[in-house]
Amino acid sequence: MKRLKIQEDSAPVSEDTARILSELVAHLHEHRTQLREEWARRITEARVLTAMSEEEIFAEATSVYDNYVEALETGTFEALQAYARNLSERIIPRGVQTHEVVGIVLLLRDVLARSLFAKYQADFRKLNRILDAYEPAANRIAITVAVGFVQERERTIRDQQEAIRELSTPVLQVRERLLILPIIGVIDPQRARQLTEQLLRGIRTNRARVVVIDITGVAAMDSNVANHLVLTVEASRLLGATVIVSGLSPEIAQTLVNIGVDLSKMTTVGDLQGGIEEAEGLLGYKVVPHDGGADAGA
Amino acid sequence: MPVPILKQGPYLIASVQSALTDADLLDLRNALVERVGKFRSRGVIVDVTALDVMDSFASRTLRDIAHMIKLRGAGTVIVGIQPEVAFAMVQLGLTLEGVPTALDLEEGLTFLDEGARGARQEKDSSGK
Repeated sequence: MKRLKIQEDSAPVSEDTARILSELVAHLHEHRTQLREEWARRITEARVLTAMSEEEIFAEATSVYDNYVEALETGTFEALQAYARNLSERIIPRGVQTHEVVGIVLLLRDVLARSLFAKYQADFRKLNRILDAYEPAANRIAITVAVGFVQERERTIRDQQEAIRELSTPVLQVRERLLILPIIGVIDPQRARQLTEQLLRGIRTNRARVVVIDITGVAAMDSNVANHLVLTVEASRLLGATVIVSGLSPEIAQTLVNIGVDLSKMTTVGDLQGGIEEAEGLLGYKVVPHDGGADAGA
Repeated sequence: MPVPILKQGPYLIASVQSALTDADLLDLRNALVERVGKFRSRGVIVDVTALDVMDSFASRTLRDIAHMIKLRGAGTVIVGIQPEVAFAMVQLGLTLEGVPTALDLEEGLTFLDEGARGARQEKDSSGK
């Protein structure tokens, strides 16, 4: 018999428990079809996993059931863990919620417990011992699956955050030698670093002489980010580019003055239009209306 | 390795080719300050494209060079600072204050050619 590791944190598994557990596993093998169907029915009844069709639920239920029994039998959870991750990967994009996943695992636990009640109802002491062996293992399985799901979802969220970060820092050239860096949303230290990196690279590849950083879409700014902005402006100057910051909101203006960030080295302009006009002035562009500009060719 | 100093019309171009020791930097400073008078140059360009680190001594010496050359009646522009180097420098507080900078050699030449306009940009970028 394989060594049982289910209760390794607490008391060592006694021979007795091991024997009972193997009896339990035998029972689960024997009634596989019936219990599986019962479980799938309960899932449908409880109206969870509405994102999946009944056939899919039954197929997944079969795999979960087999993994579940295997985890009970061997006392090792790696296979179940891997399966839970794999399952989560497939169902998360379809909008399956945490409560549904936890719900179905608990349903399976209930279905199996009931079948045990039914089987051992005549022998109460035996039932007790069976449940003693079954409950910790079943709970641990439920935890494994739930944690696997949550971890997978957190990973998905992290990936998406990363994707958003990359999408959210465009460096755009609007005229020869003029770049615009519109910043929208919250700036955390990591994003600030990334912005700086992209801006400095952009200055080099586009041979920019003037950069307008527009922070109209930034709601708040703390002293770290403000100081980082100052560093970015200085670094851009070392590359030979002048930075104009546009669109400081009243709140940010107040915060920056209150926390005493030294902005004397920054050129700031009210809005993006003003920023572009200022930049065009620095570059020697003059924009004139087409019809009125017959004699003022740009 | 000493830094070659090329005469190009009214300008001197010092093109740094490899990492510089402190002694190299001082030699460069002395040579530039001397030659700017000898050749009656109007401007000096120090090209640091090849440098991938810039320590405080190098940065201070570059600033000194710029100030000394100004006293000798010419302009200086530092060109070719790499993006990573630039950010590392400002994080260390080495901002080359009052020293004009440009993206590369071509920009540096344009900067010196523009003269009056260059002075305006320098004023703008060193703060209002």
